[in-house]
Amino acid sequence: MTEISSELTKKLSAAVEKMPGFSKSVQRILEITRDINCKPKELVTVLENDPVMTIKLLRILNSAYYSFPNPISTVHHCVVCLGINTIKNMALSFATVGVLPTHNDAGFDIQNYLMHSLTTAGLARMLCQKYDNGATDPSDCHIAGLLHDFGKVVFAQFMPAEFKEALTLSRENNTSLHIAEEQIIGADHSIVGAMLAEKWQLSKSLSSTIRQHHGEISPQNTMLSCLFVANLISNKLSLGDSGNAVVEEMPPGLVKRFGGNIDEIIANLGDISKVVIEAESYANVNKEVNT
Amino acid sequence: MKIKFWGVRGSIPSPGLGTIRYGGNTTCIEIRTDNNEIIILDGGSGIFPLSQSLLKELPVTVNIFNTHSHWDHIHGLPFFIPLYIPGNRVKLYASFDPITGEGPERIINVQMQYNYFPVREAETKTPIEYFTVMPYEPVEVGSAVITPILLNHPVVNHGYRIDCNGKSVFFTGDHEPHNNIYEPGEDGFEEYQTLIELQYQSIVKAVSGVDVLIADSAYTQEEYPLKKGWGHGTFDSSIKLAEDVDTKILYCTHHEPTRSDDALEKVFAEAVARHEIDSSKLDIRLAREGDEINI
Repeated sequence: MTEISSELTKKLSAAVEKMPGFSKSVQRILEITRDINCKPKELVTVLENDPVMTIKLLRILNSAYYSFPNPISTVHHCVVCLGINTIKNMALSFATVGVLPTHNDAGFDIQNYLMHSLTTAGLARMLCQKYDNGATDPSDCHIAGLLHDFGKVVFAQFMPAEFKEALTLSRENNTSLHIAEEQIIGADHSIVGAMLAEKWQLSKSLSSTIRQHHGEISPQNTMLSCLFVANLISNKLSLGDSGNAVVEEMPPGLVKRFGGNIDEIIANLGDISKVVIEAESYANVNKEVNT
Repeated sequence: MKIKFWGVRGSIPSPGLGTIRYGGNTTCIEIRTDNNEIIILDGGSGIFPLSQSLLKELPVTVNIFNTHSHWDHIHGLPFFIPLYIPGNRVKLYASFDPITGEGPERIINVQMQYNYFPVREAETKTPIEYFTVMPYEPVEVGSAVITPILLNHPVVNHGYRIDCNGKSVFFTGDHEPHNNIYEPGEDGFEEYQTLIELQYQSIVKAVSGVDVLIADSAYTQEEYPLKKGWGHGTFDSSIKLAEDVDTKILYCTHHEPTRSDDALEKVFAEAVARHEIDSSKLDIRLAREGDEINI
């Protein structure tokens, strides 16, 4: 896989720092923070459902200003470290940046992207709870799902012309989006997402999972396996839209680990409606897609 | 190592007949190492009388460690007299603020604006040297090592452990033991509880074995439910921490500004009586302005 230059990573990193959050979470944070007695768990839920805000929090908590002995990998962990009031004020500062525009020059539907990311996050958590023996934290899988395609929203915002071309190529040639991105941009979203995660010193397991999610999937790697399968389920059931015209194949190693093909895993997973409904409540997919 | 209390009151200076025994000045603690290095914990109003006491030994080098930026821990700093006399060195150590993206400079910049204070920072005679502290990153000051420990308050708060010549003291600054944001049975409760317990263990490990623990004990356990989330501990939470870190002396501080000396002694005695303390192992005291100990 091709890397991108450190100069471009630096530029994209600076741009992401100024990136606004998604409309529903911005709106909810402005509402919640008006109440001095707001419930911390409500605030945490909002932050956990916004990839931009989550990544901003993790970036700050893992920055050299704190240099915690171990990486901070979840929103909960951020709250325990800095306290809910500081996190509340950080959330407010993120919210006042504005709202990520629904339309961008790449023609990438960010509400559908959010729906895809949130359902992948929720499904990765469910898969980890069901198929892992407790060695991996389901919250880490949730974060991996939420942030795995972060590179796409970065492309859409900051390299819209090239990304539009990649989306078109994927759609018209029925090519996987990450392959189209590599052809057009020279690096795919998993590389860009991982390089940003590495630059911000997020946990190594998170950055390597983002980097590897279109690469070779080791069935022993729970976080990566759960993300891969969750991503596949979300794409197959069209829960949002990741911009990828191709639904990937399940590698045989994963079929073995999860005890069946993708349809059997979906059947065994049980009721996923809670994940879908919660994702819809943040993604506004039914209300304002391309309006 | 010498420890002297110059301010033990929380929130706001509270002079008056009712607080005359324990004192009305806000947080300020002076530490002198065996080599006479000066370390000051917080710049509440108690730093003003402290700075007057330094005049007889000018020029001085002082190392002020700020636990957090709430008023009662910083509002004495513009009145720190050595700032206005040439030849001194004043070093201010404090946290990075993730909201403004600024460091310790902000603590002074904000207060010494012309409409709040008659002298601007640029007009002082001793430029303040600023240092940003990081959790668990020790700072050397002469013969002492100061280790910041991140605690729980509505703003970033570092407690400080000071080790010197085999003796040690830990001051919490303002700290409320972590609470679970979920109710038992709710999604997230167990995960959050695990994080809280790990955090508590890391605090205990970092503070373990100190000779003296000075801890935020603002509330009684009866008052606490109404003050939950305000960022302060209770007498009981401080006693628990003291037992868990196996300290020899606990000073309860950050006295409520509305609490008279008589009331303070009463609630303190009630809290201590609730615990079966072996006083030969743990000596629990109320911090009192002017008190000084050698360890």
